[in-house]
Amino acid sequence: MNWTKTLRVASVFVVIFIAIILSFPLNEKINLGLDLQGGSHVILECVDTPNAPVDNDAVNRVLEIIRNRIDQLGVSEPVIQRQGATRILVQLPGVEDPETAVDLIGKTALLEFKNEEGETELTGAHLINAKSSFDQFSRSIVLIEFDKIGAKEFGEATKNNVGKVLAITLDGKEISAPVVQEPILDGKAQITGKFTVDSAKHLALLLRSGALPVKVEILENRSVGPTLGRDSISKGIKAGIAGLILILIFMLIYYKGFGLIADFALVVCMILIVGALAGLKATLTLPGIAGMILTIGMAVDANILIFERIKEELRLEKTFRASIDAGFNKAFRTIFDANVTTLIAALALFYFGSGAIKGFAVTLSIGILASMFTAIVVTKIVLEVVAAKFSSKALL
Amino acid sequence: MDLIGKKKFDFIKNRKMAYIISVVIILVGLISIIFQGFNLGIDFAGGSLLQIKFDKSVSTTEVRNVLSEFNLSQSTIQNLSENEFVIRTEKIDSEQRKEILSAFKENLTNLEVLRVETVGPVIGENLKKLAIYALLFAFIGIILYITMRFEFKFSIVSILALSHDCLIVLGIFSLLQKEITISIIAAVLTIVGYSLNNTIVILDRLRENIKFKTREPFENLINISINQSLSRTINTALTTIIPILALYFFGGNILSDFALALFIGMIAGTYSSIFIASPLLVEWNKIFKIYQKGTKTTRKKDKK
Repeated sequence: MNWTKTLRVASVFVVIFIAIILSFPLNEKINLGLDLQGGSHVILECVDTPNAPVDNDAVNRVLEIIRNRIDQLGVSEPVIQRQGATRILVQLPGVEDPETAVDLIGKTALLEFKNEEGETELTGAHLINAKSSFDQFSRSIVLIEFDKIGAKEFGEATKNNVGKVLAITLDGKEISAPVVQEPILDGKAQITGKFTVDSAKHLALLLRSGALPVKVEILENRSVGPTLGRDSISKGIKAGIAGLILILIFMLIYYKGFGLIADFALVVCMILIVGALAGLKATLTLPGIAGMILTIGMAVDANILIFERIKEELRLEKTFRASIDAGFNKAFRTIFDANVTTLIAALALFYFGSGAIKGFAVTLSIGILASMFTAIVVTKIVLEVVAAKFSSKALL
Repeated sequence: MDLIGKKKFDFIKNRKMAYIISVVIILVGLISIIFQGFNLGIDFAGGSLLQIKFDKSVSTTEVRNVLSEFNLSQSTIQNLSENEFVIRTEKIDSEQRKEILSAFKENLTNLEVLRVETVGPVIGENLKKLAIYALLFAFIGIILYITMRFEFKFSIVSILALSHDCLIVLGIFSLLQKEITISIIAAVLTIVGYSLNNTIVILDRLRENIKFKTREPFENLINISINQSLSRTINTALTTIIPILALYFFGGNILSDFALALFIGMIAGTYSSIFIASPLLVEWNKIFKIYQKGTKTTRKKDKK
């Protein structure tokens, strides 16, 4: 083996080695998308109402309040982003109960106290604290506390309604309708609704973070529970392994010695794809897994083109070495052209796709590049090394 | 050794038959697209999707009965197993969803919510636009690339073959009223990119043969080229179809339609690259009255 060849073999091993280092340990290095680890992708829009028109300031406050609510929910690594003038993107990875989380984010949470005539006596604007607790009958309740101004207003309201109902409503829905026994002047009150432990906690959370200044609508919500996410991963892996094994066997049966080389190249290709995903900190989504599985099939294509060419050259009674060179040279352009067109389609998907589909575009693109590299570099070197030791008959 | 000796099938002689088969399939698809349209999924049409798993087995009728209490009896209910369902409804908000879920729990049995999707009409319209842009971008990009790399008539037949493959996938999806989601658009785009591979393999071979076998009539050259590439065309298609089938059978319900679209596209793509794309070159020459007998037709920027 001459020096340049040794160097090329070494560099291939270095590349494989780097890919393995990058992707190990797998479960830490591969970012899973919301569709695989469970979670919610939500797009909210602030909408105008006659009482509360949307302006820049309002959207920023909504953003702040939503961030506050999510923090209190204890979601790790949420994404909360403003999109354009009136939209807000929220991504909550790994939440156990996406439904409730999304519910809490989009609620206006306007607390109002209404007298028997249905007039609003005061709102929750001056609340300084809210927490869930239990009363003496161990029913869930929510304790609220007003600041000075609020305490004064609340005192007035209760004074005016002694012996009457002072209904407590959230976003216009009655949650409790207590009869005022006596004026409450210290600004502290308890809400006894039909709460469960959780709903009391959630109400307290909403009241603490304050009401949204404008109405917020959910434009898009895609939530996946953790069960389905795990299920998708295991099904994806199953399909991937089945596809991979079938291809390895097919190549071995049809192309024998050449097939073994193609199988080696395919395994290297897969290692490189995973390494690239980890190295680029790309997010693996369910369509992304599909892209990887598809790549398994596309990756051997280049090898097939090369081997068929080499076989043809051998039929012309060229030497093994000369056939390898001619085969590669003649197949290269075809492989290149064919892959570029797929890459163009993947790029289009990346630019215009949203969310999970971007993951497909990413793995497909990485897959195409990795498969071209393995076919043109790895397969070639292995063939050259083999050609130095064996005759072409041993491979056919 | 003469490569002409390897000629096995006469694709040129029987090309009319191939055209007829393709035209019939595409026409049926087009008629379906025009008259019954596409079954647009919530990604594009807007609406809500609910995937739930009951603790016990439940029938579709039972599920529909509960939904009809909410005036949602028109919803699409797909049962994935005896206790797992995907329900597509018009857009509902979280309050309504809660009520529906508790009605399921009361009337049927306890359940787990696996997936919830809601797409508003604004987002749906937006996604529709993006999907069309993506398709246009890919089409134009690929057309430009092959026009740059091949001579004009080669790129024209490639594009015809490409459109053929897409129309067949979309036509069959309309015919079967399978849902068109973002994933299906991704599958169509993948086909746009990939189905050309086999066409390129054959056209590359044809270009080479035109250069070296200057005495053969053009129709024979096409036949020779297709035959020479036949085993690799079939093998590369097979190796791609195998993982797609694995995806279809093992990949779960979310990916099965995606895999189906890819599968149809792959079959159509392989068929068109063998039976449609190169034979169309004969038609081209007839139309433009080119008697190609050993005329040197090379790639524009061929260095050799």
